[in-house]
Amino acid sequence: MIAIDRIFLHERTGAAALNSMASANRAVVDPTRVFAVMDHIVDTRPGRGDKTMMPGGDTFITETRAACHAAGITLFDVNDPDQGITHVISPELGIVLPGCTFVAPDSHTCTQGAFGALAWGIGSSEAEHAMATGTLRVAKPKTMRVTFSGKLTARVTAKDMILHLLADHGAGGGKGYVVEFAGEAITALDMEARMTLCNMATELAAFSGIIAPDAATLDYLKGRRYVPDPLPDWGDLRSDDGALFDCEINIDASAIEPMVSWGTSPSHSISLLGTVPDNADVKALAYMGLTTGQRLADLAIDVAFIGSCTNSRISDLRRAATLVKSKKVAEGVLALVIPGSSSVKRAAEAEGLDKIFTDAGFEWRESGCSLCFFAGGESFPPGSRVISSTNRNFEGRQGPGIRTHIASPEVVAASAIAGKITVP
Amino acid sequence: MKPFTTLTSIVAPLPRDNVDTDAIIPSREMTSTSKTGLADGLFAPWRYINSAARTPNPNFVLNQPEYHGAQILASGANFGCGSSREHAVWALAEYGISCVIAESFAPIFYNNCIRNGIAPIALPRTVIGTLAGGAATVDLAAQTVNGHAFDIEAEAKMMLLEGLDAIDLTLKHRDATAAWQARDRAARPWIYLEKHP
Repeated sequence: MIAIDRIFLHERTGAAALNSMASANRAVVDPTRVFAVMDHIVDTRPGRGDKTMMPGGDTFITETRAACHAAGITLFDVNDPDQGITHVISPELGIVLPGCTFVAPDSHTCTQGAFGALAWGIGSSEAEHAMATGTLRVAKPKTMRVTFSGKLTARVTAKDMILHLLADHGAGGGKGYVVEFAGEAITALDMEARMTLCNMATELAAFSGIIAPDAATLDYLKGRRYVPDPLPDWGDLRSDDGALFDCEINIDASAIEPMVSWGTSPSHSISLLGTVPDNADVKALAYMGLTTGQRLADLAIDVAFIGSCTNSRISDLRRAATLVKSKKVAEGVLALVIPGSSSVKRAAEAEGLDKIFTDAGFEWRESGCSLCFFAGGESFPPGSRVISSTNRNFEGRQGPGIRTHIASPEVVAASAIAGKITVP
Repeated sequence: MKPFTTLTSIVAPLPRDNVDTDAIIPSREMTSTSKTGLADGLFAPWRYINSAARTPNPNFVLNQPEYHGAQILASGANFGCGSSREHAVWALAEYGISCVIAESFAPIFYNNCIRNGIAPIALPRTVIGTLAGGAATVDLAAQTVNGHAFDIEAEAKMMLLEGLDAIDLTLKHRDATAAWQARDRAARPWIYLEKHP
């Protein structure tokens, strides 16, 4: 059994878990350490309320709200100034802390391992267990260290690092491991880039990803709402020198190139300058309308999407904005930016990034998970080929028949302008 | 929860790697906050030619007459990857699948199976090849499928065999967890939030 320090719910499954507890007469053992937000299906169009594009989605919102209020859980509601995607707002508010255990019924909870927390995604039953008992029953995960030595070259980002790892080791390459990301190229990353990297540990089937806290971690956290002042001594939260891992992987960061996915698993990724591999999965090729040996660079796109818990933070938007400034989205391309949180949105607007995007022809929306996945409401035109800063390119993930290519926000921005997949 | 002891069934083959939970139950099929009403949406993208009209795809394994009533599904590596949605397991269970045999499982899906009385059994691809399409007998206590041995973690096995509710089991240790927490509150006071700001 492991004590659970922080639990974060969302409207897509929060009501199901809390209603189930209530009907079993089980109470939330410590509601002060449980948080919830409306992010998964909440509308991202301006002027939003409880109504969603997804038919019946307002029920999820109203039931989650009622259940949170009844249980005494802090809720960041639809139009709360702190609303946003769980894995964006939890760090913003300092809810995740180094050394804490953090769970949420969302597979991308591993994002928050970037702070040296043990943070992992769980199902609804486990969420009920954590809330009712303050603990989870966990088989001790195996340990893996992935060391990125050397320096990244220009134009290569944390997104490319994780796609490179996925391409090399597969969608089951981290199965059941807690993966510590270490090495010179990791410590050189800012906190938002570390979150992007840890975010996709789940795509390796890892239990979670984690990065040892350092000065950058403490600088980021200091002064945030739920962070203790003064900061506790978190300096010893790192693997011992000479620690033995169940598995070690070494990667030369300087050899990583800008990446893009070609298929229907995040592990189906290649260098933007490369071609679809000869041994490519046939079903994936058929779904994506591609052939082996085909170049992805210059492939025409219909949609460019910047958003999601992977790449929607202020630094992502700043880098993307530099590539679209004073330019226009290509004719016929639908381009959208969905800020990761209401706070990111305000910060971006204060810097004029919204204007840069809208002048170029992007839609600028309210924050939420939005079109990272299709919930039955809003989708892209049928058959669209989408370049997306998100984390999953599964069949139908963004809508029936939609073909998703995942990449960094830089690649998405440059591709939106060019109308085709483009090296930024 | 219904105990899982032994099961004999035809084995429906779904020979793909990385079957994700979006494929098992797409988000658009999760139309209520209930844990039920999900069986129709199971594998909707593959099971129906037209999901909205529910037009069956005759090529999909569960639509083929020889697999009607199959309680065992056999698949490839990394089954259940992607979203943590427990609806994937609820949909399988409601449809009538009690056991998934795969080369490997994504960890969140695996735990969700254990919490819902579905046996997730990992076997090598070559063994799965011999089982798929035929009848198989799973004996959880003996840890065999048609005589092929499989590994399962001791607690997961016990939870399935006895149909235990994990929360009830843990609440038996309420005094010990409270005592631990009292010590932890002194050691890590910043973890405990007395009142929200």
